[in-house]
This record gives sequence, C-alpha cells and structure tokens, in this order.
Amino acid sequence: MNAAPSINWTALWVFVFFFVLVTVMGFGASRWQRGAQGKDAHLDEWGLGGRNFGTWITWFLVGGDFYTAYTVIAVPALVYAVGAYGFFALPYTILVYPIVFVIMPRLWHAAQRAGHVTAADVVYGRYGSRALELAVAVTAVVATMPYIALQLVGMEVVIKALGLTGELPLAAAFVILALYTYSAGLRAPALIAFVKDLMIYIVVLVAVVLVPMKLGGYSAVFSAAGDAFAAKGGATGLTLKPQQMLPYATLAIGSALAAFMYPHTLTGIFAAKSADTIRKNAVFLPAYTVLLGLIALLGYMAYAAHLPIKSNNDVVPALFNALFPSWFAGFAFAAIAIGALVPAAVMSIGAANLFTRNFWKAYVRPDVTPAGEAKVAKVVSLVVKFGALVFILFLPTQFALDLQLLGGLWILQTFPAVVFGLFFGWFRAPALLAGWAVGLIGGTAIAFMDGVKPVHTLHIGGDAYTVYTGLLALLLNIVVASVLQLLLGARNPGVTASRA
Amino acid sequence: MWILLLVPFLGLLWVPFYNHELPALFGFPFFYWYQLVWVPVTAFLIWVVYRHGQKRGEV
Repeated sequence: MNAAPSINWTALWVFVFFFVLVTVMGFGASRWQRGAQGKDAHLDEWGLGGRNFGTWITWFLVGGDFYTAYTVIAVPALVYAVGAYGFFALPYTILVYPIVFVIMPRLWHAAQRAGHVTAADVVYGRYGSRALELAVAVTAVVATMPYIALQLVGMEVVIKALGLTGELPLAAAFVILALYTYSAGLRAPALIAFVKDLMIYIVVLVAVVLVPMKLGGYSAVFSAAGDAFAAKGGATGLTLKPQQMLPYATLAIGSALAAFMYPHTLTGIFAAKSADTIRKNAVFLPAYTVLLGLIALLGYMAYAAHLPIKSNNDVVPALFNALFPSWFAGFAFAAIAIGALVPAAVMSIGAANLFTRNFWKAYVRPDVTPAGEAKVAKVVSLVVKFGALVFILFLPTQFALDLQLLGGLWILQTFPAVVFGLFFGWFRAPALLAGWAVGLIGGTAIAFMDGVKPVHTLHIGGDAYTVYTGLLALLLNIVVASVLQLLLGARNPGVTASRA
Repeated sequence: MWILLLVPFLGLLWVPFYNHELPALFGFPFFYWYQLVWVPVTAFLIWVVYRHGQKRGEV
C-alpha cells in the first residue's frame, strides 16, 4: 500500500475537512474560557489558559498531550517488532497516576500561591538558586525539542499514507499550528483536544471491535502474532524472555516518574483550576490507558491481516488502509494528525514559558511585565516550532529518536529538584544541583557507551542485571545529592532551616 | 489509606507473576488481560484514597 503513492482522494477530503475544522477552532479559541479577570495580555492567560481549566477540560487536555500521536504510531510499531516487551507502555501509563495523585496537587499549590508558571519557577521559589532553576529549565527545554520533532514524524507517517508526497503538506500543517498557538495560546490545544480525543476514541473502539471480527477474533490475532514471533526468533514473543523482565519493570517505573516532569504535562497541571481538579483527573485519566493498551494490540493485528510492512511505523496506517473504507481511513489519519497538533502546541507553549520565565525574566529583563512576558513567550513558541520543523526536514529521523530517548533520561534527573522540596526540606540547592549534574552526565555517558540504548547491563557478582539507564542515573543522582547534603549540612547546620 | 496507592506497583512491577500466556480470557493471553485489569483497579484505588481524603477534609 505504500509502494504506489497514488492519492486516496476520499480519505484526503475527509482528512482536509477535519483539519480545517480544528484550524477554525484553534483561531476561535482565544475567545473561549475567558477567565473573569479579563486580563488579555498576561502570561497566565496565553501560557496557562487563565489557570482556569476544570476537570473536563483538564482531562481532555492532559489526555490529549500525554498520549501523543507519536504514541499511536510508535507503540504498535514496537509491539509489532518485538511483542510483549513493547507493552511496557501499559504499566508505565498505569503507575503514572498514583504518582500524579500524590505529587501534582502539591506542586499545583506551590505554583498557585506564588504565581509560578513553570517547574523551574517553583524550584527557584523554593531554593532561591538561579543555578538550580536554570538547570531544571534548560533540561526541560532540551528534552522537549526532540519530542516536538517526533510529533512531526507521527504526522509525516499519516500524510504519506494518504498518498501525498514531499514535505510541503507537513510544513503547511505546522505553520497553521504555529499561527493559532501564537494567537490563542494554551486555549487552542485545549479546545482542539476535545475533537482529537473524541476522534481517537471512535477510531480505536471501531478498530478493536471490527478488526478482530474481520480477522477471526482475538485468539486468532494473538496466535498469528505468536507464530510470527516464533518464526522471527530472538528476543520477541507474546510473553517476555526472562532477561527482559527487569528492563520491562524498570522502563515502566522510570518512565512513569519522568512523565510529569516534562513541560507539556506540567503545563496541563499548572493550568488546572484547583488541586482537586488534578486529583479527580488522576482517577479518570486512566481511561486513556485502556485505549493505549488497545492501540498497542494493533501491532498484533497487522500479523493477522498479513500486511506487508516495510517500516514498523507504517503498521497503523497500513492496517487502516487495508481493512477500512477510505473515508474511515481518512478519519483515522485526521485523528492521528490532529493528535500530533495538540501535544506539539502544548510542548512549544511549555518550552516558551520556560524560556520567558527562567531565562528572559531571570537574566535579560528582570523588570519585564506580565504583558511583556506573554509577548516574548508567543514569539518563542514560533521559534521552537520552526526549530522542530527544520530538525525533521533536514536531520535524520533516527537522530530525533535517539535524542528523545536521551531526553527521557535527562528530564528524569530534574525529579529530585522539582519534587523532593514539596515533601521535605532537607535537601539544599548545591546538593540537588550536584546530583542533577552527575545523573545527567553519568547517565548520558552510560547511554552512549551502550550505543544510545535505553537499558544498561550491570554485572554484580556473577549475575547480570539489565535496567533502564534513566532509573540508574536517577539513583546515582539521589545518592550524590544525599551524600553531599550530609556533608554540607553537617558543616553549616544553621543554613538548612533558612528558607521555608 | 495512602498505602493503597502502592498496591498497583506491587501488582505490575513483579513481572514474573504475570509473564504467562495462560489462563487466557476472551482470547487474550494472561500477560495482556492481567495488565489491562490493573487500569480500572488502579483508578478505583486512587478514587478510594481520594474519597477518604475528602471526608477528612484534605482539599
């Protein structure tokens, strides 16, 4: 189906219809959910939607930007390639919610009290250290950039599946996105998320009911995949190989700890109306995880449908093109493409907020007004998106994939600085900064020595333990911070209680 | 009550417990339906802790 790039006109028209619909919504969004304050030019308005999003809007927004388009493409692709191992996304996106429930209401309170917009703001407010603030902010921006680029990969895959060639459609879609994010801020992706999520729910529910019916039921799907893995050999299969179990568990827990350290997920948290909004969302957001689990199974359905797959990322589009009428394929592709717009918009807003608050205000213009902040952030959001587009158009995709993988490791190293202070006041900035540096540099070095792979094998005694490198780096981070704090705290005991 | 939030970690991180194909349910091998079942179970446990906190006035 990818061999002949003939344009699928029905699918294309359906696709264009929905794309135009969300574009109109995106530009109209600036008038939606206006807070009572009526402050037009304030970073709280553009960058956090007026901090006024209730339970429903937050559910759609966070669901829409945490479960990204790239996930819809990449998770089934990985499951198709390796089987059970690719399923770690499921325990990951389950365990993330108890973590969100415990941590995020506190973070929200800390931000709300002082008017903080970013995690780095909260860190500066707590520790009064510009260095630690900068460390957290830079890590977050650098980890997010490749993530935005990968949303473009997700979009590229479906645009190609429609039969369109060249880079113009992708560039055009992204320019439109950049413009309405510029004008409406966080309200644009929040409003579009409603459409995107409903479309994705429809697509997936139809797919998980109809596809197995066409292919002879779930047992047929699983046995086709099992046979394929048996023929393929290696570390693939319907269950994990013994040596895959520890990587599976550590990837799940490490990813769950990292997930809400990213600026796009945190922006959804800070934009919530209340701490209670976040608690309720920790209860209801797992609904998306059911969806993700079902999406992952599309990887197995590709085996049962005997699709010729050239690149793993084509699994989902190929499945829809083969099994559904063109209008529904177009609907599904539109859902995925719009699914890329929401996280890309929120990510660029999160990165722009970080630049504005923790670099521009901190170093360039300390006297900047909230209106001035909004102006800077709007321009930066354009620059960030343009950067991601150039990245994808001119650099190999593998580069973005590697950077995104390292980005997960990097963002995890901000966890102690952002979270620990919410629960206890023992750590001070120098210890946390040292821990961050060692975790980041050590973790990156280990990952490079392993050839940019997510897991590292430790040899302890005669046994080999393979674990997620990011989690290993976090452990190193915490150990260094604790040891240093013990030494520093013992040297000047008076300093520890200074800042509440 | 907060201890309930640790239960999903036990259930999902002890991988050898569920790394089997049998017993299957509706055509799903155990590995898959077991993990999927943890989604509503986790949501329910969080809800219980949330309700408990609400009653005790932790807002």
